[in-house]
Amino acid sequence: MGMTMVEKILARAAGLAEVRMGEVVEPRVDLAMSHENGALVLNQFNEIYQGTGLEAKVWDPSRIAIIFDHRVPAESAKTATNQKKVREFVAQQGITKFHDIRGDEGGICHQILPENGYVRPGCVVVATDSHTTTHGALGSFAFGIGATEMASVWALGCALNVEVPGTIKVVVDGKFAPYVLPKDLILYLIGQLTAEGANFKVLEFHGETIRSMDTSGRLTLCNMAVEAGATSGIVPPDAETLRYLREVAGVTENVPIFGPDPDAIYERVIEIDAASLGPQIACPHTVDNVKPVEAVAGQPVQQIVIGSCTNGRLDDIEMAARLLEGKKIARGVRMLIFPATARIFREAMRAGYLSTLMEAGAVVANSGCGPCLGIHQGALGDGEVALSTTNRNFKGRMGNPKGEVYLCSPAVAAASALTGVITDPRKGS
Amino acid sequence: MAKVVLKLGDDISTDIIYPGRFMATVLPTETPQYTFADITDFNARLKKSEIPQGSVVVGGKNFGCGSSREQAASCLKGSGLAVIARNFARIFQQNSVNLGLNLIICPDLEANEGDELEFTGDTVVNQTSGKSFGTVPLPKSLQATLDAGGLIPYTRQRLLHGKTLTGMK
Repeated sequence: MGMTMVEKILARAAGLAEVRMGEVVEPRVDLAMSHENGALVLNQFNEIYQGTGLEAKVWDPSRIAIIFDHRVPAESAKTATNQKKVREFVAQQGITKFHDIRGDEGGICHQILPENGYVRPGCVVVATDSHTTTHGALGSFAFGIGATEMASVWALGCALNVEVPGTIKVVVDGKFAPYVLPKDLILYLIGQLTAEGANFKVLEFHGETIRSMDTSGRLTLCNMAVEAGATSGIVPPDAETLRYLREVAGVTENVPIFGPDPDAIYERVIEIDAASLGPQIACPHTVDNVKPVEAVAGQPVQQIVIGSCTNGRLDDIEMAARLLEGKKIARGVRMLIFPATARIFREAMRAGYLSTLMEAGAVVANSGCGPCLGIHQGALGDGEVALSTTNRNFKGRMGNPKGEVYLCSPAVAAASALTGVITDPRKGS
Repeated sequence: MAKVVLKLGDDISTDIIYPGRFMATVLPTETPQYTFADITDFNARLKKSEIPQGSVVVGGKNFGCGSSREQAASCLKGSGLAVIARNFARIFQQNSVNLGLNLIICPDLEANEGDELEFTGDTVVNQTSGKSFGTVPLPKSLQATLDAGGLIPYTRQRLLHGKTLTGMK
């Protein structure tokens, strides 16, 4: 009987010929990533070794990645001290995949991993961040874990107590209409599935729309799989994956290309016609509260954010620059751009996108998670409304429980910046 | 017997349980001060120690969705609370078991703030209404961690006694 993508990956990582949904396995971990919460991981890690008489050494420093992105540069003495502790731990343990606050190699963890070739098809990736689902875009099984579980991985090199998840097959065919983007597809799917519709399950993406989508779009899709509760999203690797790994990530060695078995067993199959989709908006205060843009067009907004691990890549910034070129954003709207990584920042600078956006009135800030989770900058005032290309709109998410967040694609965000109200990019301005 | 001290709806995110702006605080000894920080009256009662240890928070479906922040589990544990919900989001459920926070899955529970609940094996009895509700066990994958009393002691056992798989199939 055939296996799904994730069953195949877990079988290999657990040293078994085959595994089935519901089995409990202990897969070897290929990559274990943390960000600033590494400070909590190392606290729990040291606690594991208390009283054992063993030296607290991580299982393999070359398989651990630490990336500072949530509060960069540090906004408080507390954060700076946590970052300092992690830096010292990185040096002491010899961890090599460390990305500090730097203009050459810094940025958001979920973009740093793919663009540096740290994630390959068939890998098991765990990270102390729920948006770890992102890395399924390159054909890995990647899922979020908590800090104590990461401490256990650092000690043992495997993930304990992993129940092989069931898989929902999502088949997407058809060509997107102009100004309809992968973000609209994933918002639509989350609206259909609901916030818990894929809890404990994997979303495996198939169909012509996915095959013709570039890796940037696939990263957006898999990134938000967790908003339907999914353990991970995954795209079978193909020629586009190889192109990305070679051209963007600089990977020179061979990587495995594989798909699910033809007779793999799925919990259900969802079919979507991409051609029928328009721009989508997730309305406050849940990500599954999704409506077509027409339903909320005209809603005034005070802050517009383009960035995050969801939509802070070069094509997202390019889309915004194209829509804002030679124009001015509306008075009363502040538009904040956070390129996902320092590399993307420099590419956007060289391409002139950042100048275009700044001349239109946008503010460009350094790469990082920014206002997405309300912990660093770009907080909302009482009663203010944000329109954001980020991934969550929970109450309080952008730093203020008295604020509201609508989620959208970069095209909707840019079109709305010109008008100050939620605007359908297909209608122009 | 345990009193329901807070009743919440569906899809309670970790941003509600432990708002992101307090995430620079990471240690389990320090997180309880921010438990449900934006539900200000409840947080104030917790801080004044007006909520007895072992009290219960009741949630709907998908409790703990969103961020993987472990503070959401450690703050509840440190506040002496247990959670009963229709079901839990995956990462929150795993974090809770790893830290020893008591979670009970009770798909049909009817309970209001102030009700007294009693837990008897696979049933929750609402002593106030007199009704009983069945519970659903946590996934078997978590049993080894539950048996060891949390993931830190379980991992310690595994380090000291090698890689004998427990809790398999």
